Amino acid sequence: MLNPQLDADGKLKHLLTIEGLPKKILTQILDTAETFVGVAERDIKKVPLLRGKTVCNIFFENSTRTRTTFEIAAKRLSADVINLNVNTSSQSKGETILDTVDNLIAMHADMFVVRHGQSGAVHFIAQHVPDNISVINAGDGRHAHPTQGLLDVFTVRRYKPDMHNLRVALVGDVLHSRVARSEIHALTTLGVPEVRVIAPKTLLPAGVEKLGVQVFHDMKAGLKDADVVMMLRLQNERMSGALLPSAQEYFKTFGLTQEKLSYAKPDAIVMHPGPMNRGVEIDSSVADGSQSVILPQVTYGIAVRMAVMAILGGGA
Amino acid sequence: MQLPDPETLLAEITAKVQAQLQPNTALVGIHSGGVWLMNRILDSIKQDIPHGMLDAAFYRDDYAQRGLKTEPKPSNIAFDVTDKHIILIDDIFYTGRTTRAAMNELFDYGRPASIQLAVLINRGGGELPITPDIVGAEILLKPNQNLQLSQDTKGKLHLTLEASDA
Repeated sequence: MLNPQLDADGKLKHLLTIEGLPKKILTQILDTAETFVGVAERDIKKVPLLRGKTVCNIFFENSTRTRTTFEIAAKRLSADVINLNVNTSSQSKGETILDTVDNLIAMHADMFVVRHGQSGAVHFIAQHVPDNISVINAGDGRHAHPTQGLLDVFTVRRYKPDMHNLRVALVGDVLHSRVARSEIHALTTLGVPEVRVIAPKTLLPAGVEKLGVQVFHDMKAGLKDADVVMMLRLQNERMSGALLPSAQEYFKTFGLTQEKLSYAKPDAIVMHPGPMNRGVEIDSSVADGSQSVILPQVTYGIAVRMAVMAILGGGA
Repeated sequence: MQLPDPETLLAEITAKVQAQLQPNTALVGIHSGGVWLMNRILDSIKQDIPHGMLDAAFYRDDYAQRGLKTEPKPSNIAFDVTDKHIILIDDIFYTGRTTRAAMNELFDYGRPASIQLAVLINRGGGELPITPDIVGAEILLKPNQNLQLSQDTKGKLHLTLEASDA
């Protein structure tokens, strides 16, 4: 079967999920992102690659950080950017997804960045658009958030360049997390030998081991000698109800404190995709501490998104 | 065709670059060959001169046709470009399009006082009003010929000429 993200020559055509992408393409994106890091440090933080192109951010689900960093990335590539918050526009008037997309195609958009609450919705749009348009998944349901996964491995690679000799622990709500899935696929594709997930049983999907991870239900054992600790966001609606007794109890058992972080290697880095719930999944002293690379993740997110758009936007 | 020895040509352009040095001179190599040459020039003249490197991949005019090259290298200009006399260094001068791209990138770092271009070989075929100021050798080649500079593990430079039928 042809990978829907690649063209006939094996080049990236859409970015929908990291699952199934060859290592060569992941490495190309990360290496290209490396060249964009310096652009942000110059007087003129722009390169002319996407001059005259129009990038449409179509967000069927709310987002601040992801939408903003995609917008900044597109603008630093000199593209024109249109932001559509579909929640507040025509969909609420009854328009279908494909009608919304067709209207934007009629306005000569060149690239779509799409977030949608339903898993698979972005894939559906990618199958629908004409050949000259590329689609980037900015998060679909519980399925994938590939640029977040890429910026996370980019951050790991910057601080811990020897990816073949790393122990990475993901902590928290893996069940509902598209970020976790994308991170796991990116890490394993790039050859990280040991990826662990640490979570209560109620927040792990069935068969999570099949993704190539080791499962822990205890922070002390799971964090032992980890080089990288990736925290996941606990969504508000999960904090009460059947899955967890309470936010306080979750923090007591799985919240990352300095004490629990001390089980990891002394030079371990702490990551979080944001937005953070301080005092729920992470303690403020850790989030703002010397091992935290949470804000560099945001900065690198722009370079990684520039790289994805630059690779998709060129070539006949 | 007998190709010149690139090490001899390097010595010639090194002497010419040295003759052009002013208090405000900076050297900028274009990846990859231009950076090798710049490092060798810096080694020979043994002076502390501000220097940097450019890739210019994001400024090329063939991006729409060919896309981004798969292995771009980071540009790194760690000095203030404004009011510097910059000598751009590249290995082979052909259409002038790489030079155009590199100059555009340079101007996004600041406003240089002047830019000169030093190349190991001018192979002819310029398509823009750009000519190198410092040239090691002029060798006129046909469009189907491809002249490449390479560097071996000991740092020695080599030239290879290939012809394609296309």
